[in-house]
Amino acid sequence: MNKNVPYFIVAPGIILLLFFLMLPLINSIWPTLFAGQAVMFGNYLDFFKDSYNLSIFWRTIRISGIVTLITILLGIPTAYFIAGVNKKWRGILMALTLFPLLTNSVIRSFAWINILGKSGVVNTLLIKLGIIHQPLNLLYTEFAIIVGSVYLFLPTMIMTLVGVMETIEGETLEAAETLGASPFSAFCKIVLPLSVPGTIVGSILVFTGTLTAYTTPQLLGGNQKMMMSTFLYQKATTLGDWNSASVLAFIMIVVTLIVMKLLNSIAKRVDRRELNRA
Amino acid sequence: MHKQKGMTIIAICVFLFLFLPLCLIVVTSFGTAAAIQFPIKGFTLDWYAKALQSETFMSSFKLSLIIGGLATLLALLIGVPAAYALARYSVKGKNLIKSFFLSPTVIPGIVVGYSLFQFIVIQLGLPVFQGLLMGHFLISLPYIIRVVGSSMEQMDYSIEEVAWTLGCTRLRAFIQIVLPNVSSGIFAAFMLAFVNSFNNVPVSMFLSGPGVTMLPTSLLSYMEYNYDPTVSAISVLLMLLTIALMFLIEKTLGLASIA
Repeated sequence: MNKNVPYFIVAPGIILLLFFLMLPLINSIWPTLFAGQAVMFGNYLDFFKDSYNLSIFWRTIRISGIVTLITILLGIPTAYFIAGVNKKWRGILMALTLFPLLTNSVIRSFAWINILGKSGVVNTLLIKLGIIHQPLNLLYTEFAIIVGSVYLFLPTMIMTLVGVMETIEGETLEAAETLGASPFSAFCKIVLPLSVPGTIVGSILVFTGTLTAYTTPQLLGGNQKMMMSTFLYQKATTLGDWNSASVLAFIMIVVTLIVMKLLNSIAKRVDRRELNRA
Repeated sequence: MHKQKGMTIIAICVFLFLFLPLCLIVVTSFGTAAAIQFPIKGFTLDWYAKALQSETFMSSFKLSLIIGGLATLLALLIGVPAAYALARYSVKGKNLIKSFFLSPTVIPGIVVGYSLFQFIVIQLGLPVFQGLLMGHFLISLPYIIRVVGSSMEQMDYSIEEVAWTLGCTRLRAFIQIVLPNVSSGIFAAFMLAFVNSFNNVPVSMFLSGPGVTMLPTSLLSYMEYNYDPTVSAISVLLMLLTIALMFLIEKTLGLASIA
């Protein structure tokens, strides 16, 4: 067979990606690097000089970090539990974890409007109990975005971690306990270290997912608590400020790539340490 | 494995946390009041009737199905042969090509939608429909490459070689020997890609025009001005679709294939 045939087979995909992903991206972002400024990246320096822009930038990073941390803290015990039950139950629990993942993010954020809104479940309950008299402003806060994002991404973290926990052999744990380790210290000394690589993979998904999510900050943060994605949308549509929107687009891409590189390099270092120990 | 009380309690709370909010939507969808309230007063199916009779929601539902279906088919048409070539032959820069095919997952969805809107709709002057189709093609392609790619890599190609020696053309061997052997991978990839396209919000946000609005986008814009149980009813209907889909996958491939 002609040696070039494989290249002809992959070519259509490459051409489509170049034309409908790379070209549009360059088309949007290229002008922001040079146009209207004496120095290169002047648009970006201006962006980071503005305190309002900065507050949105840091809010996005902060929320993504907090959400990642919470999903790890809740995900590890849950995944450990799922990996430990018998096969039939594991199937059921995995299906229950998968279901929210396959449910639209609009629906999952809408659920929290019903809970946190002015006439939502929490406020109704607190008023009925006489704890408060005026409904609390729970919606359109960072708290709401964090709860909604944890809700959105916790299944992702659990799924990733169950995959890792299943590979930890029960015998190792039994051996540790026979040798006198308590179940808790066996968990801390065996399960936790072995699940670090999986936690990092999950963290990449959750952190970049929260960083770039649109639905949840839109519905639960509104215009009061904007994140980079909702800010980009507002800049481009309501304000018609294409330059700022493109600047935001590039910043989002760069931050995503940096986070991935950073966490991947940590994962690699951890892997190497494990190899050295073995 | 060893059970621990603390972990069990956390796990139970996590599942309650994941499901109570969805149960709340189901309950509120039956309420008679004009605004969503809990606990509900009375019982009605009116909101379901309203949802199903809504021209906006039904046409955007149809568009979501059409775009999701077409985009995923296009991604299969492009992605399956590419996954085959990458798994079967020594291609120079194989890893680079593969990560290029997966690159749409690295670009934030809102950025993909924004740049496509600027390029296709504003600069090329093409209809929004084309932009949506290409945007959702970009969502689907990585799933096809990843899932079909891994089945292509696990396949035993000696049977393909047998077909060649017996005089089968390369194309026919690919269609009659290779494809049937990776069919479950293709089905799983199709399901994953379709569901993710159907549920996607950020890519479609910019790409919407008169009469061309995807279901999640039209739900979002409806919620901007309305707070009634219609949205709850639509949510319940979509959750029922998800359950049906999960049953279908469980009966054919097993859910583990897409997890």
